[in-house]
Amino acid sequence: MLTFLIRRLFTAIPTLVLISLIIFLLLDLAPGDPLADQPLSIPPDVRQKMRDALGLDSPAYIRYLLWAKQFFWVEPLVFVDWVTGTGFSEGMQRIVSWQFRAPVFDIIIQRLPQTLWVVGLAYLVGVLIALPIGIISAYRQYSWFDQVGTFVSMIGFSVPPFFSGVLMIVFFAIMLPWFPSIYDTTLVVNDFESFGQQIRQMTLPVMVLALQTTAQLSRFMRASMLDNLNHDYVRTARAKGMTEKVVLLVHVLRNSMIPVVTVIALGIPSIFGGAIITEQIFKVNGLGQLLITAIYANDLPMVQTLAFIFAVLIVLCNLIADMLYGLLDPRIRYD
Amino acid sequence: MTDAPIAVAVPADTSGRSQWWDVWDQFKTHKGALFGAAVFLFIVLAVTLGPLLWTIEPTFIDIRARNSGPMWAHPFGTDQLGRDILARMMAGGQVSIAVGLTAMLISVLLGTLIGVVAGFFRKLDGALMGLTDLFLALPLLPLLLVMVMLFRETLARSFGPEMGTFILIVSAIGVTSWMQTARIVRGEVLALKEREFVLAARSIGTPSRRMILRHILPNVLSPIMVSATLGIATAIITESALSFLGLGFPPDFPTWGRLLFDAVDYLQQYPERVFWPGLAISLTVLSVNYIGDGLRDALDPRIRGR
Repeated sequence: MLTFLIRRLFTAIPTLVLISLIIFLLLDLAPGDPLADQPLSIPPDVRQKMRDALGLDSPAYIRYLLWAKQFFWVEPLVFVDWVTGTGFSEGMQRIVSWQFRAPVFDIIIQRLPQTLWVVGLAYLVGVLIALPIGIISAYRQYSWFDQVGTFVSMIGFSVPPFFSGVLMIVFFAIMLPWFPSIYDTTLVVNDFESFGQQIRQMTLPVMVLALQTTAQLSRFMRASMLDNLNHDYVRTARAKGMTEKVVLLVHVLRNSMIPVVTVIALGIPSIFGGAIITEQIFKVNGLGQLLITAIYANDLPMVQTLAFIFAVLIVLCNLIADMLYGLLDPRIRYD
Repeated sequence: MTDAPIAVAVPADTSGRSQWWDVWDQFKTHKGALFGAAVFLFIVLAVTLGPLLWTIEPTFIDIRARNSGPMWAHPFGTDQLGRDILARMMAGGQVSIAVGLTAMLISVLLGTLIGVVAGFFRKLDGALMGLTDLFLALPLLPLLLVMVMLFRETLARSFGPEMGTFILIVSAIGVTSWMQTARIVRGEVLALKEREFVLAARSIGTPSRRMILRHILPNVLSPIMVSATLGIATAIITESALSFLGLGFPPDFPTWGRLLFDAVDYLQQYPERVFWPGLAISLTVLSVNYIGDGLRDALDPRIRGR
């Protein structure tokens, strides 16, 4: 297992380097000029100095290596300094956002909690709803519950978040003014009232995101349960006189969870991608919204860093899914 | 409907014909798929033939009739410039469905090509599957947004704003969505290669090109068809998402996603305006998904005939 993990880590590194290179080369073609929004009264020689300071005129490979050094070496050092209070990273140049004139990672750290709260909670809610639905649908296959579940998950597949989100705003924020349509990040939770308000403003985005997760996962859970329900060991368990509850929730569920757990792990990065749209609808100023504004503002270091972080998440979750599969299923041994 | 004389005259055709009739018979038993096919056909006919019957130009501005609700002259109402929403819906549907079909074609062609080559030629397998894994690890939506932002100007200059954006979006979606097809096709090809008929074909000296075209491709057709149907759905959703984020087609060139994006600005005053484009997108995707579901069952010989 350990050798497999090490081998996978070693193949993940060139993949990530290649991905960062692809993203960099794609962004390198960008036509925009980061100094375009500076006043025209700046004399040309000062402008040239500013270009030199940003390193815009150096060859592409130098800019790429500089970014890589900043991402893989300087930023981790800054993190170590921040945790331990040491001074390793003093005087080192960090990745600076052109739009905010501040280190990219400082802004990401500011935005991360919103995304994690909304997206993470939505994923959790989606998983918690999806699993029972999948189990019951499989156990009572072709019952009305199963039919409704199939239809609802088909709708969850087909209604894109930018429509379900807008519909929720129309129904639950405009026609019935129960929930706010805009996520207020400045809200400080310090008493029960503000806590209730926080819950209410999170409800709509979490519902939209959870619908997507539920649709996919409940189908998967159902299929996996159905696969297992016809196995011989289920008949054996019943023949031994186990109650249906034990058969279903201990014998079958454990075996059906193996592929589902890996799918849950694999879905984490895609939920971040889907969150881009949901954050845009509900004006949650999380990572997705940061990416969109950075793209509009031609803020290349920010776009490069964020896109690469998304890629790291994908590779990492793939790795976790593979490991989980090996850990949970004794039939699969990687050595 | 069976044309017996032709079937006798061309014996090679009988098997193919009867197989597709079998598929159709199985497809018919799937109520959802049949219903989905009917809805999809209706939507396609409505957006292609509709403008012939409903002759208001989608870009015609009647500023005195702006923001009107549903009435006889404008069944879906008008927008903030007095343009007829029904006409815009039909024009937008043409673009959205055209984008869906073209992007699906590109992605299926790419996926099939890469899948077949990777499955058939062992030397290329490692490299091509590495490429597939690499593409699967790319953060696609951010990259799509970046691609649209970067190349929109350039392509708009050489092909005109509408055609340029169309080419850009279609190829961007196609290039970023072929991986699933490639994986499925490769798996099927790897399994097929071990079968006796391939061995027989090879033993009489069939060259690789004909082997792929005559023996392999017809046998991987069913997974390709299923992923093609589902590909239409994802392409339409992706295009709408791009338009919704404001990085799709230009404002005076409606697509369903763009109409939804424009309607969101007037959500407080005219909430009903987001309804039609959203419903059109969802219905199209839902019907296409059901068709895919039915096709999967119909094309699986183990299920067929039960």
